[in-house]
Amino acid sequence: MYRWLLCFRYLRTRYIALASIVSVMLGVATLIVVNSVMAGFAAEMHDRLHGLASDILIECHASGGMPDPETRLQEMRDVLGDRVEGASVSVHVPAMLGIDFNGQLITRHVNLVGIDAETYDRVSQFGKYLLHPENQSQVSFDLRESGYAPERENFPAAGWKYRRQRAEYDRLLDEERQRVDRTLRKSRLQAGLPQPPSRQVDDDLEDDPAAAPSPGAGADQGPSMSLDYSADLFAGGDGGTPRQTFDMATDQFPGIVLGIATCSSRLRDADGNVNDHYYCRPGDDVRMMFPNASENAKVVNQKFTVIDLYESGMSEYDSTFAFVRLDQLQEFRGMIDPISNTRSVTTVQLKLVPGADLNAARDALRKRYPPDVYAFNIQTWRDMQGPLLAAVRLETTILNILLFLIIAVAGFGILATFFMIVVEKTRDIGTLKALGASGSGVMSIFLSYGVLLGVVGSGVGTVGGLLFVRHINSIAAVIERITGQEVFDPTVYYFNSIPTIVHPLTVVWVVTGSILIATTASVLPALRAARMNPVQALRFE
Amino acid sequence: MTAAGEFLPYFLPAAFDPNLRPQTSAVIEPPPVLQAHGIYKSYQKDSLEVPVLRGVDLEVATGQITAMVGRSGSGKSTLMHLLATLDTPDSGEIRFNGRRIDNASRAERDAYRNRDIGVIFQFYHLLPELSAVENVLAPMMIGKSTWAYFKTRKQARLRAEAMLDRVGLLHRATHKPRELSGGEMQRTAIARSLMNAPSLLLADEPTGNLDAETGLEILKLLRGLNRDDGLTILMITHDDSIAATADSLQRMKNGITQGNRPRRIA
Ligand SMILES: Nc1ncnc2c1ncn2[C@@H]1O[C@H](COP(=O)(O)OP(=O)(O)O)[C@@H](O)[C@H]1O
Ligand SMILES: [Mg+2]
Repeated sequence: MYRWLLCFRYLRTRYIALASIVSVMLGVATLIVVNSVMAGFAAEMHDRLHGLASDILIECHASGGMPDPETRLQEMRDVLGDRVEGASVSVHVPAMLGIDFNGQLITRHVNLVGIDAETYDRVSQFGKYLLHPENQSQVSFDLRESGYAPERENFPAAGWKYRRQRAEYDRLLDEERQRVDRTLRKSRLQAGLPQPPSRQVDDDLEDDPAAAPSPGAGADQGPSMSLDYSADLFAGGDGGTPRQTFDMATDQFPGIVLGIATCSSRLRDADGNVNDHYYCRPGDDVRMMFPNASENAKVVNQKFTVIDLYESGMSEYDSTFAFVRLDQLQEFRGMIDPISNTRSVTTVQLKLVPGADLNAARDALRKRYPPDVYAFNIQTWRDMQGPLLAAVRLETTILNILLFLIIAVAGFGILATFFMIVVEKTRDIGTLKALGASGSGVMSIFLSYGVLLGVVGSGVGTVGGLLFVRHINSIAAVIERITGQEVFDPTVYYFNSIPTIVHPLTVVWVVTGSILIATTASVLPALRAARMNPVQALRFE
Repeated sequence: MTAAGEFLPYFLPAAFDPNLRPQTSAVIEPPPVLQAHGIYKSYQKDSLEVPVLRGVDLEVATGQITAMVGRSGSGKSTLMHLLATLDTPDSGEIRFNGRRIDNASRAERDAYRNRDIGVIFQFYHLLPELSAVENVLAPMMIGKSTWAYFKTRKQARLRAEAMLDRVGLLHRATHKPRELSGGEMQRTAIARSLMNAPSLLLADEPTGNLDAETGLEILKLLRGLNRDDGLTILMITHDDSIAATADSLQRMKNGITQGNRPRRIA
């Protein structure tokens, strides 16, 4: 009993012990905050990565892809049984994106994906990352009138409305250009100067209706980087028949969804405000170049109309993906067998029922399609993001080790403090022994003192840490206001708030760990107190 | 200590009071509560052996106040620490109620200090973090397990208050030692030593740090305890005038006790 009484009294009357409590508290709070934020980040990342990738991805290395995907799908369903919840086939092809921006050409390397919007949304999240609210619920590859990204203030005008204005502007610009051209010719003619090369020649050639080829035939012309709007590769939004004339104000090329970072950049202006700059937007036309599926691959040069943008929050995805309709891409690439009329795909994506063992399913598929026979690459989403996930895990581990070192430092603080207290209490230890206290009894005073420091410190630290985590976003806002520095830079992260997850088990670990450290630190001083010669202690003045 | 003279009548040996001490006690001598025989103790100082006690013999008769007088540095405190089993003698033996205690186990010695004897010191040795009543409670808290103490804490508190009342300090029960005067601290220490109803009180210069008047009050209190409760007291002092008032007197000189002079027989 006296142990507890004295232990509590020492705790209350020694302010130096408060310093130890504070150091334990800070360590625990930091550990909890950092772990929660890291867990939040990791979970958010898992969520995003998993949402974007399907559970299992089967890629065919061959450029022609795998023919007859229906049969393959049936085979896979046979292997996995009722574990399969959904499946989607798609064509992935590396491509070059060309954007005309103020008369300049911007080129980007992208992954062009031909998807079946219907089934694709079932195996991975796609629609919900589109900007137009109607596309979010029902993806359509036709341009919408307007209403893109309604919740965004600074999103520029987009859609048919914008396209018509753009067409009108281009027409006026062209007229003006021709007028200047004519005047120039006339004046040169009068001055007897040689004629400059007519820019009209090019356009005439391309605008020649006879030269308007069928879809996919653009490859024959080779890659042309001219981005004057023309109907050279025109195909209706329905992938249908080519028309003789193309009017930008009323017609569109095949629809394409661009990853938002392929055609925009997020910058911070001089005042520190974050702004998005769009090189193209829904309603603009872009050019795509990609190989076709034939034996000696040629480049297909195809124009698309941007019908929506895709923003998942994962910069890796947002800056490399572009989506078009599967059947159109198959057509452009020549992936349709002219005789049997079967279509090839390069990729099969599977979604399994919740809780299914992905690795087991992957291994079963790998056994069904041995790599030395089939040129298939079968991966789970975790395999694909392995390095990233491993990096985050490693980061968390290292941070934890470093932060536990902080608590260890606090432990040494406790050790020093306790030695001081034991020396200070020498006389009292002698008194206690004279009153019949045993060595272990005296020891337990200081041990329980250490445990108490750990418990109180980590208790307060836990509460503080949890409160901090709870209000981390308002705290970040306050810090931003005070320092003028953005804590959570939206040009770097795509989260608009700091994600946090508190794992109870982590908290338990942190608390036990710090109590253990505090206890260990008090063992040596406590032993010293227990071993103290009572006579020396009583003579001590 | 010349001023002590006028207070001496208060400090008369209990044996002279016919009301309290039955005459038979002079006939049938009770066995001594504490015996020390041939105690040797030396301290090691830089490979130099400093002998402090060189063959001390001592008997503390039951129900008496035994005084041990000697000059400062003669080894009185050393002897008291040995008697309280806070230290062990190099040779010789100490018996409490006939039982060897100097070589008893650690636990037995702890129990002996806690239950069988009470100790008071020149410098009081109260625990500064605890109030007077908590200091008095300390021996009981130490002697019992947390649970056992918790069950009986009401009675313990009552007894501690009774002890404080006995030394006249009940009104200062909640005061911390630093809020008490020297005499009050010593009285608190006495109340503490009585808490577990010991059969022997070891007092090491209980008045050594107090002015004459306060010192006499303490002596009066001890005498009263001896007379009213039959408490056996071994009082260590360097003051002959105090020693002279005890029932029996032992003199310590150069680490050897000289003469055992039970007053009643003398
Ligand atoms: N730890 C020690 N080491 C060496 N000498 C000591 C030690 N403790 C006490 N002494 C010596 O023992 C002698 C007796 O001390 P003590 O018993 O305190 O005397 P008293 O209480 O009679 O004044 C003194 O001379 C003191 O210097
Ligand atoms: Mg002394």
